[in-house]
Amino acid sequence: MAQTAATRAPAERRAARVTAGGTRGQSPLRRTAFYGGLILLTLVFVSPLLFMLSTSFKTDVESVSANPTWIPKNPTVEGYRFMLSADQTPVLRWFLNSLLAAAGQALLILAVASMAAYALARMEFRGRRLLTVLILATLFIPPVSLLVPNYVIVSQLGWLDSLPAVIVPGAAAAFGVFFLRQFFISLPHELEEAALLDGANRWQIFYKVILPLSKPALATLALLSFLTNWNDFLWPLYVLFTPDRLTLQPGLSTLQSAFTTNYATIMVGGVIASVPVLIMYVIAQRFVIEGVSRSGLKG
Amino acid sequence: MTTTDVGGRAAPPAAGPGAGVGPQGLAPTGRGVKGGSGLTPYLFLAPYLILFTVFVLAPAIFLIWISLHDWDFLLPGKPFVGLENYLDLFKSGTVSSGPFWSSMEATGKFVLYSVPLLVVIPMALAILLNQRFPGRNFFRAAYFAPYVLGVAVVGILWHFLLDPNVGLVNYYLDKLGIDANIPWTTETPWVWAALVGPTVWWTLGFNTVIYLAGLQDIPRELYEAAKVDGAGRWAQFRNVTLPGLRPVLIFVVTTTILASANVFGQPYLITNGRPGIETRSAIMHIGQVGLREFRMGEAAAGSLILTLALVLVSLVTFVAFRERKER
Repeated sequence: MAQTAATRAPAERRAARVTAGGTRGQSPLRRTAFYGGLILLTLVFVSPLLFMLSTSFKTDVESVSANPTWIPKNPTVEGYRFMLSADQTPVLRWFLNSLLAAAGQALLILAVASMAAYALARMEFRGRRLLTVLILATLFIPPVSLLVPNYVIVSQLGWLDSLPAVIVPGAAAAFGVFFLRQFFISLPHELEEAALLDGANRWQIFYKVILPLSKPALATLALLSFLTNWNDFLWPLYVLFTPDRLTLQPGLSTLQSAFTTNYATIMVGGVIASVPVLIMYVIAQRFVIEGVSRSGLKG
Repeated sequence: MTTTDVGGRAAPPAAGPGAGVGPQGLAPTGRGVKGGSGLTPYLFLAPYLILFTVFVLAPAIFLIWISLHDWDFLLPGKPFVGLENYLDLFKSGTVSSGPFWSSMEATGKFVLYSVPLLVVIPMALAILLNQRFPGRNFFRAAYFAPYVLGVAVVGILWHFLLDPNVGLVNYYLDKLGIDANIPWTTETPWVWAALVGPTVWWTLGFNTVIYLAGLQDIPRELYEAAKVDGAGRWAQFRNVTLPGLRPVLIFVVTTTILASANVFGQPYLITNGRPGIETRSAIMHIGQVGLREFRMGEAAAGSLILTLALVLVSLVTFVAFRERKER
């Protein structure tokens, strides 16, 4: 560029500020506008959740008031008390079912996917490449295509309307294997080779060397699996029917049809279904976000 | 149910075509450590392979089988009918074709309205968040937060907020002087906003996080070089950021199209398919026909058509992006 040093210098300084310096060095006015915008956006994302929480502490009458308030005028836990004792909408039971299903599926995925991923990442055997391609290719199968046939299979197994239906089939998804295989491939070989020289067998190496080294990856996978199962709606909606056998997500749909505009009651259900995952998210925020973005990119 | 996503998308981690071509993709994994008998690898694989066979491979083939039969779940006889289920879907005027194509159209519209917003807004947000400033992680976490909720929570919450009579949205519109009592959940065109808006609110954080990861992979020197050449912010965006984001962009576009095409919970809970069946999505239709009315042959044929359409769309996206690169 035909620029003299004198004209280029201020331009560079200005440009450098933009990417590296962030908001430092901006005028107070610009910084205020910047943070004002970010905070406004935060409100857009968070305020619906706060309103759900607030509504859950209102009476049904107040929840449909023409002048909605952010703070309940007559705060009450009546909605919670009602929900925890209702026969046709046993929310506490749904909560336990969801907990069992999500934890059960996460454990099942950890067990079967870690073993399979280890074999695919680290062992040599006939058909390894073919199996790897076959398993990873199913990542592209849209879940809807398996909905009808899996319903028939699950009914043949006698699992309709029971927890195994929402625990076992989902554990066959290729994601866990894909995720852990990527991680195992990145581990150094030296430790395994040393253990092998010490006379350890494959199982011992897997159990005593590989798994302890993989704790962060296993924790992330467990977390993502738990969240996925906890939030699953389509499948449990169709395979569970009896009121006390539902999980929370299809239960919320039941609440909506049963209580139509008793929004305080319905929002109690929403809060109960959200609080566990939001708490997990607050505690393990980095794991969730990094797990999601990493697995999304390192195909 | 075989999806592994956090919030009901088509497996976020699932590599889109764009992501599957990385060096680690399907390449041989280097040396494996020797040892163990010839049977050992198969023993390690067995538990997963049993699940995989029963709940992924078998149903994939079973789907085709069902679609070739008049398969009523509740009746003992399930006669073979060849391609009749498909022909019925393609013949106009049959009982099954009208609602099916209406649901495909609804799905297409939802993709058309939601994908551009979910591709563009998160990119802008990611660029904003990619600067260094105090509180950056807090804002990133806040924008991502709705994504950890299930679609059922999102559905019942927005059904409430968009309630024409007592919902917060109409209340604030009224305060702004727009006294329309908009029928968000029951009438066109409002129903589309009632489906797309909450979806953007819910999943925007996911795409933002993916873009952010992509932005961090763009070498800082490229920006320095552009600045030395006198490039302004816009020129930097066009010449450095966009090309650098291309693989991520392909991934985001493809997964967002697939996620939107799999829409189910929003129309089920927010609009319940209204008005009529206008916002009943393809999956909603397949669930209704196959798993409520138990006409599984018809539902299976519909699932296969939808699946092929999705595969086709992702291939087209992939090719379109690649060609633009070569030009």
